[in-house]
Amino acid sequence: MFDSIEATQASLQEQGYFADPGLATSLFLALRMDKALFLEGEPGVGKTEVARVLSAILETPLIRLQCYEGLDVNHAVYEWNYPRQLIAIQARDGAQEQDVADIFSERYLLRRPLLQAIDRSHERAPVLLIDELDRADEEFESFLLELLGDFQITIPELGTFRAEHPPVTIITSNRTREIHDALKRRCIYHWIDYPAPEQELQIVLKKVPEAGPALARQVVDFVQRLRDEELYKLPGVAESLDWARALTHLSAERLDEDVIDRTLGLLLKYQDDVDVIRGRRAAEVLAEVDTQ
Amino acid sequence: MTDAPFVANLVAFGRALRSVGIPVTPAQTADLARALTWVDLTDRAQVFRTARAILVTRKEDLVLFETVFNLFWRHPEGQSVSTPRRPPAPRDRPRQEGFTIATYAAFRARGELEERDVADRAGTFSDQERLQRKRFAEMSPEELEAARRLMRTFRWEASRRVTRRRTPDPSGSEIDLRGVLRHAGRLGALPAYLPRRTRAEKQRPVILLADVSGSMERYSKLVLQLFHTLMRSMSDVETFVFGTRLSRITPQLRLRNVDRALAEAAHHVVDWAGGTRIGACLGDFNRTWSRRVLRRGAIVVVVSDGCDRGDPEALAQEMRYLQHRCHRLIWLNPHAGHEDYAPRVAGMAAALPFVDDFLPARDIRSLKEFADTLARVRGGARRARIGRTEVSRGIPRVESDTRFDYVSS
Repeated sequence: MFDSIEATQASLQEQGYFADPGLATSLFLALRMDKALFLEGEPGVGKTEVARVLSAILETPLIRLQCYEGLDVNHAVYEWNYPRQLIAIQARDGAQEQDVADIFSERYLLRRPLLQAIDRSHERAPVLLIDELDRADEEFESFLLELLGDFQITIPELGTFRAEHPPVTIITSNRTREIHDALKRRCIYHWIDYPAPEQELQIVLKKVPEAGPALARQVVDFVQRLRDEELYKLPGVAESLDWARALTHLSAERLDEDVIDRTLGLLLKYQDDVDVIRGRRAAEVLAEVDTQ
Repeated sequence: MTDAPFVANLVAFGRALRSVGIPVTPAQTADLARALTWVDLTDRAQVFRTARAILVTRKEDLVLFETVFNLFWRHPEGQSVSTPRRPPAPRDRPRQEGFTIATYAAFRARGELEERDVADRAGTFSDQERLQRKRFAEMSPEELEAARRLMRTFRWEASRRVTRRRTPDPSGSEIDLRGVLRHAGRLGALPAYLPRRTRAEKQRPVILLADVSGSMERYSKLVLQLFHTLMRSMSDVETFVFGTRLSRITPQLRLRNVDRALAEAAHHVVDWAGGTRIGACLGDFNRTWSRRVLRRGAIVVVVSDGCDRGDPEALAQEMRYLQHRCHRLIWLNPHAGHEDYAPRVAGMAAALPFVDDFLPARDIRSLKEFADTLARVRGGARRARIGRTEVSRGIPRVESDTRFDYVSS
């Protein structure tokens, strides 16, 4: 694990993740204090990426639980393999009671992400990513609160599973609703903001080297300015990267009005926003970028 | 590191944060004491980020936290930081006085007031009937108070929607395989008992947006009382008010006592009874809040007379956006429902094409109608959506001087 906040930041950077000191501090503390890291922020600022990079640094598997409405224990923790159980019962038709009791053994158990994460077979702590928790129902939160407390899961038919190496847990939220304070207090909370221009430039240069420094600079400046506009949905870092990639595919070496017009859909995902920016406003922003 | 003054300062810091409304638990303070053993205490920025990581759990608190941090830890390292002395809180309750003739008289007088109150409430049937039809605009303060109590007795609930969660239900459409096998396993035989389940239902979230500008002033208090009632009756309600700018008052209205809740909200909102920019305020809502509160089939309720000094086209644009992202858009207008009324105000005319239910809010009876609509909104109702290009065409031409001509005799 990391010795200091600076070492944390450096390791992330080695893996191509440019974290600001605030994020490095939070991650360092989360690892040190065996707490989950709760990352909140607008879509496309690199919340999920933190988990991926962390699993690469720690050389440990990444177990991901994507949250959605209606997510329940059957899909998050475990499920029995019903078809196999039914076949087993049928095959032993007329058998004694104790022969059938083993349909609730580990052979018939389907391990979902949370159970996988606390599995005893791991040699060291895996990284558990609970992605977009705000999409799950409130009921799931209280279950999670319990799990984060002691990392043990009880299956009535099998007994209690306890993690030998509690997973390094990262929870992300797009803030489409408030997550309960009790859960957040169990975690190290960090709000990931849009990156500063220099930081974003580093990211673009690292991830899309084929864009070249001149175009990358223009892309970053343009996107940074768009984030000051009155838009329904602001472009994230993910959009900057997509845009830079698209521009290189179109062999654009510099931004101009025509190429912006053709590729604006990669930056702005709502038609209302495209309508506001397309044409005159885009030209004005480009002029500002060029005079910089 | 764990010397007493240091820990005492951390505890005092936690108290300072709580005093400005950032919830910090003793456990968090203890965590901070532990965490500070791993960081460079001479590096102020590092200490700040460490404290922030552990003590702050909401984005909204970030700026406030920084302010308190800078105020609290302004002293150079090594020096003891004294607890900031807060001015004594103003007493909100008069001191208990001894029993005198004067206090007894005051006590009696108060009792009499309450008695009159009770007589008012009972009323005769015809009184009630009259009250139901009387326009809010014409009510006396006593009648408004009675109206408020009456509307609290309504059954306020939002219509339900089917969620993706499953719940046991003997007449459900799905077979609960986990239950089937649990029974079969217990019996050691082929499944004989088939438990069923169905998808659970839940009340829809409700978003309330009230116009508190000058033209709505006489209704504002009643509207907020209505909102307070709705918040107390339903689980998932968000409330906003707007005039020239949008304010979220959900936390203020959560207070149980209606008068205190209203006082808090009044304190929080800066532009009571001012101008109106409905389009800009809805735009603010759409950009800042819609993604966070318009989810899971929300019902949006706008209370406004539609008198808008902003650009009607901008209002239409924001209304279209809003309607596309909610399950149902209800507009309550205190002037509607009168035979003389036609939505000729520029703002109202621009907004109307995007409203699913345009309802009056002029008397108790019309609020009853609103309660019914709220509870009855059905899923899957198809709306004639108006496209972006048609927005400007959808707005009827309005003469600028017809702004107030709906005010009937």
